[in-house]
Amino acid sequence: MSASAPSVDAQALPQSFAGWFARQGWTPRAHQLELLAKAKAGRSVLLIAPTGGGKTLAGFLPSLVELSGGNTGDAGATAPRARLDSIRPSGLHTLYISPLKALAVDVARNLGRPVAEMALSLRIETRTGDTPASKRQRQRRQPPDILLTTPEQVALLLASADAPYLFQGLRRVVLDELHALVTSKRGDLLALALARLYRLAPTLTCVGLSATVADPPELARFLTPQTSRGVAATDFAAADIVVAAAGAAPLVEMHDSARDIPWAGHTARHALAEIYRLIGRHRTTLVFVNTRSQAEMVFQELWRINEDAIAIALHHGSLDVAQRRKVEAAMATGRLRAVVCTSSLDLGVDWGDVDLVVNLGAPKGASRLLQRIGRANHRLEEASRAVLVPANRFEAMECRAAIDAITDGVQDTPPARVGALDVLAQHVLGCACAAPFDADDLYAEVTTAAPYAGLARADFDDVVDFVASGGYALKAYERYAKIRQGGDGRWRIAHPRVAQRYRLNVGTIVEQDMLKVRLVRARNAPGGYSGPIRHGGRVLGRVEEYFIEGLVAGDTFIFAGEVLRYEALVEDEVYVSRAAAEDPKVPAYAGGKFPLSTYLAARVRAMLADARTWKALPGQVREWLAAQRQRSVLPRAGDLLIETFPRNGRYYLVCYPFEGRLAHQTLGMLLTRRLERARLRPLGFVANEYALAVWGLADMAAAIARGALDLAVLFGEDMLGDDLEAWLEESALMKRTFRQCAIIAGLIERRYPGEEKTKRQMTVSTDLIYDVLRRHQGGHVLLRAARADAATGQLDIRRLAAMLARVRGRIVHQRLERISPLAVPVMLEIGREPIQGEAADMLLAQAEEDIVKEALG
Amino acid sequence: MLCGDEHHLVVAAVALLADRAGALYWPEQRLLAIADLHLEKGSSFAARGVLLPPYDTAATLARLAGVIARYNPRIVVALGDSFHDGGGPARLCDADRATLAGLQRGREWVWIAGNHDPDPAERIGGVFAGIIAMAPLTFRHEPREGAAPGEIAGHLHPLARVATRAGVIRRRCFATDTHRVVMPAFGAYAGGLSIRDAAFGGKFDASRLVAHVLGLRRVYVIAAERCLPD
Repeated sequence: MSASAPSVDAQALPQSFAGWFARQGWTPRAHQLELLAKAKAGRSVLLIAPTGGGKTLAGFLPSLVELSGGNTGDAGATAPRARLDSIRPSGLHTLYISPLKALAVDVARNLGRPVAEMALSLRIETRTGDTPASKRQRQRRQPPDILLTTPEQVALLLASADAPYLFQGLRRVVLDELHALVTSKRGDLLALALARLYRLAPTLTCVGLSATVADPPELARFLTPQTSRGVAATDFAAADIVVAAAGAAPLVEMHDSARDIPWAGHTARHALAEIYRLIGRHRTTLVFVNTRSQAEMVFQELWRINEDAIAIALHHGSLDVAQRRKVEAAMATGRLRAVVCTSSLDLGVDWGDVDLVVNLGAPKGASRLLQRIGRANHRLEEASRAVLVPANRFEAMECRAAIDAITDGVQDTPPARVGALDVLAQHVLGCACAAPFDADDLYAEVTTAAPYAGLARADFDDVVDFVASGGYALKAYERYAKIRQGGDGRWRIAHPRVAQRYRLNVGTIVEQDMLKVRLVRARNAPGGYSGPIRHGGRVLGRVEEYFIEGLVAGDTFIFAGEVLRYEALVEDEVYVSRAAAEDPKVPAYAGGKFPLSTYLAARVRAMLADARTWKALPGQVREWLAAQRQRSVLPRAGDLLIETFPRNGRYYLVCYPFEGRLAHQTLGMLLTRRLERARLRPLGFVANEYALAVWGLADMAAAIARGALDLAVLFGEDMLGDDLEAWLEESALMKRTFRQCAIIAGLIERRYPGEEKTKRQMTVSTDLIYDVLRRHQGGHVLLRAARADAATGQLDIRRLAAMLARVRGRIVHQRLERISPLAVPVMLEIGREPIQGEAADMLLAQAEEDIVKEALG
Repeated sequence: MLCGDEHHLVVAAVALLADRAGALYWPEQRLLAIADLHLEKGSSFAARGVLLPPYDTAATLARLAGVIARYNPRIVVALGDSFHDGGGPARLCDADRATLAGLQRGREWVWIAGNHDPDPAERIGGVFAGIIAMAPLTFRHEPREGAAPGEIAGHLHPLARVATRAGVIRRRCFATDTHRVVMPAFGAYAGGLSIRDAAFGGKFDASRLVAHVLGLRRVYVIAAERCLPD
């Protein structure tokens, strides 16, 4: 790895470019020149650069220079176009792929300026889901020189018969925001597409643009074809790594509130007045929060105290697109003083002159936080300023750990993915749609994609079998096969209809069933809504169907910055009216999507164990930890503390694994099963990011004392065997995971919003398919895919497994007579979120009882 | 109301046992009714390019075998839509066909015509009927508006959606207003329709409509008013 030493001088830049840089008053950055040199040497490159480092221009510079016809300093004199045409046939030269449509459009606009000012004769176009059909067709016949698009569009282009024509002359692929793309199934899809592109255009080189990551060499492998099997892992091909000079170190501090830091919760309401004053003292502030509901709440509260009526806006992924574009435009032109936003603003679109980032709540990960902080000050030389505002006491420790990690320069991005089998199934079908394929050749190609480098041939064959006829042990569907092997041994689609369906279902993003939220006028009748309401109100955005399922007419909730009253569900639209109420009745749901990173968790555990580090924590937090040391015990860094205590006639067991809420919820499910079997009559559990509390009717501490309950056995790793299997059978999360795999793999088709209910009834519920398949062919490739997802995603089983292994022999039990200071936060969550682990039967019995009470009542 | 595991459901003054698998048993007549088996739904979808797992028929018949073993009925009445489409009987695989024949051995078996399978079919045993009347009960596929008390029907695939503090629970159910019953669909891949849907409202007195919800351990009684629409 070279740290961007100026091994190349500015001579590498053609005169016209050097002149342009000079006219801007810029000097080409070292990494920009280095990328130029790498391109000339035919090398693929991973460029790691902070935001504001001229990363995008660096990525495109080699392409622009090549397309201008100049490869040394003598260009500009001759007509560039004529020279270019003599060098290579016109056609697609550079393919730029970004995770966001908006980013592709933004970059196209930014590239337009240097191209116009240097009078380069080249065509730059975007291709997204919004591109009109006529333009798409023209793009196939007469490709632009540079095409900016998304992974899904590339998959679609590759699945057509003219893909070889389109891509054979491709010289360069630029992957933007690579660190974000590779963490999801979209990264798998992209990796497979890249493998195909390398096959169609073997001489192409690839440039990855990324924020700082934990393991650059691992990410660099993504960019180049992996060598064939049998080679030692260290010999895998990888792109060269160029690291741009880091900008000024960010100034990050933790907000030390004058008010009490709450014990629990995620609202940070206590600090909002102080945040408001911070906003007042800066030009433009981005206030990052972790969830949509938090964004709504904070926005609402800030406006409540907004006496100076400064321009504060709201931005999150559920808002109507038009609304979001408006906020972005206002932001870009500097008309806003602050935007409260979720990760919808995480990625690299340039939002203008931000001089302060406030991160409200848990940072979750050091790298994640750093990327957010990078949104401030797009000028590299100036330090970005950020203030972290913990919403509760544990979060104060997490904030401290994140700041320390940033100071130490540690990154905690997740490790590289293992390619998902459902995505592979989609790709295999796409390949068949493009042209008949030979299984041996395709296997060889697929394993050149980094996420699939370790793919076993048997798994590949299972996927092909699945694509062909469902992959069932019972060979019932041969006659309905989607792809068939011809006499030449090649697989081809059985019917043109198969290709049509593929095109409608491409992609890996499976949206939840979303409902439009439409603002209507409430009826003034005291009973509220009582009949048809006028159509045609404004659409505020979209919410998940399951959120609305839990509401009854008249309930109030916050959405799009307003307190709304739920009126009715009309087809696929939620009718709401403005509510007079100040406080919404239904608290917004759900915590963060991302769990606390393993690295930060370890740091927090170490901090907890070492009182010497507490001086960097707010005073209230120090006192809290000291009280814990006095009344219970503070676990050593590698230990798992388990406390038991009675309270109000119930018996509690609280443990502190610090592994994130998802892993804790899975643990809670499994522990209650085991306690049930031990006849300790568990009633429920609740989890937060740091701890898990289980309670029941039997005295667990007494059972431990008399030897009837062994904590080492209770927390034994074998819980991930039969107990997990039994639980997965009925887990709604698992069924949701399976549904996503089934859609991505093409077993069932996507549902589109607005499809009639009657049509929905005609589809088969994936829950039913899951039940049947699990019982009759538990090893089916789709179930394997779903389990792999569960291991890392919704259920975080892998993390749970690592924790159980870590604490083996290191469980510390503390029997208490009353609740400990450390237990207070998680105990306060009880009743705030739905209690997990209760069987549906219990709840049905409850509903039945309620009715009896009503009747007798 | 409840007596051990047996869940009674009274229709037109006849006491029936509502089994949590989704079957109705009439002890006096030793008659077992099931509705909407939708056998071969998987292969029906497969023919249209959606390759669902081909195990639904086996799964449905295995559950039916369990119910039959529990009650040992003299007569079994399948209330229509027993096959997902007219070609279903011909697509039955040998193993499933043998299972079905085994279930039919030693008892009467009536296939009532449904909208998915209106015509008699070959090689599936049993006799075919449009409707069966055994006073005071009448068995038919589709519930009729204004039907006399005692009607036992299927077709609508009733579901109860119950809001609880742990989210919405969605379960198949019997829908009854004490005069008539709509049975839950029995088929492994059969979908469902909330009993709050207009399709029920038109045929039942909504205020008296009750869901007998199929739980894992037993059947639960919940008023339709307490259930959520789809």
